[in-house]
Amino acid sequence: MPIPDSGRIRPYLATRGRTRPVQDIAIEALVSTTDAGRNHGIDPEPERDRILRLCHAPRSVAEIASLVSTPLGVARVLVADLEAEGLTRVADPHAAFHGSVEPARDLSVLERVRDGLRRL
Amino acid sequence: MASVDSEMSRGTQASQDALSVKIVVAGGFGVGKTTFVGSVSEIEPLRTEALMTDASTNVDDLSMLPEKRTTTVAMDFGRITLAEDLVLYLFGTPGQNRFWFMWDDITRGAIGAVVLVDTRRLADCFGAVDYVEQRGIPFLIALNAFDGVQQHTAEEVREALQLGPEVPFLVTDARDRESVKTVLVTLVEHAMSMVQQQHT
Ligand SMILES: Nc1nc2c(ncn2[C@@H]2O[C@H](COP(=O)(O)OP(=O)(O)OP(=O)(O)O)[C@@H](O)[C@H]2O)c(=O)[nH]1
Ligand SMILES: [Mg+2]
Repeated sequence: MPIPDSGRIRPYLATRGRTRPVQDIAIEALVSTTDAGRNHGIDPEPERDRILRLCHAPRSVAEIASLVSTPLGVARVLVADLEAEGLTRVADPHAAFHGSVEPARDLSVLERVRDGLRRL
Repeated sequence: MASVDSEMSRGTQASQDALSVKIVVAGGFGVGKTTFVGSVSEIEPLRTEALMTDASTNVDDLSMLPEKRTTTVAMDFGRITLAEDLVLYLFGTPGQNRFWFMWDDITRGAIGAVVLVDTRRLADCFGAVDYVEQRGIPFLIALNAFDGVQQHTAEEVREALQLGPEVPFLVTDARDRESVKTVLVTLVEHAMSMVQQQHT
């Protein structure tokens, strides 16, 4: 769905306490609303509020950007800020496997993907 | 646009700490990328846009970019929940190859790439092939046989693209779910064999 074509980016206030640069968050990283996020009430920022409601079931950063109609970079900032506030958690496949085998190069993961596709 | 509530019901059934992986669907303009993704996705393919400024600047605080003029680039993607703890995303690359910056986001950590080829417009896939080849991303060539038209045989295409025998070639119909599944399974198996080779 199209993004309002104003060519302008609304300023978002960045929160301190992010654990990594936002550009490092994978587009397929799964975001879910934490208990604190569920109890947060209505957030004054409509995009943040939508993310908190959308992610009761896990969603990727890409899905969030699409459903909230923000560019990917904005969705990353919003997700990172919500995470820093403890309102969402981000299961980033790259961050999670830091130091060990990357999931996409892990034979047991690849086997499960192949078998899952065959079962479709 | 659908309401948030109806969108909510279409979140993945996977658990909160599910692993998500992705496969890239690349190729030239109008070659069938979105059709391919839609044939196996459990959701209608979604569209995400990125701003040129996302990549061309390194800020992570958007308030540092007041009212900047931007160009948007779109990619679309689908989702397959393979298991409660495993979700596969399929990301179609932007049709216009000049937006390479977006490819880095799409390909980072990907299992591999399906390069869709329309044999009538072979040169359209050159950019995609070069990109994945140079970065060592496992890939295969899927000839999208529009209406069964095939002006070249698979071997002729392999030659034209100067690809070795290790790169799988398939003929596919992007509209056909079984055909798309076969392509994806072949790609995953190819990625597995590349991992196994590295270990020997
Ligand atoms: N006959 C035939 N038509 C196809 C096939 N795959 C796609 N098409 C048609 O080709 C057109 C383009 O397909 P898309 O899936 O939109 O192609 P795309 O690569 O996503 O296009 P861009 O995103 O614009 O680059 C559509 O009208 C499809 O219905 C195929 O295998 N056979
Ligand atoms: Mg498309």
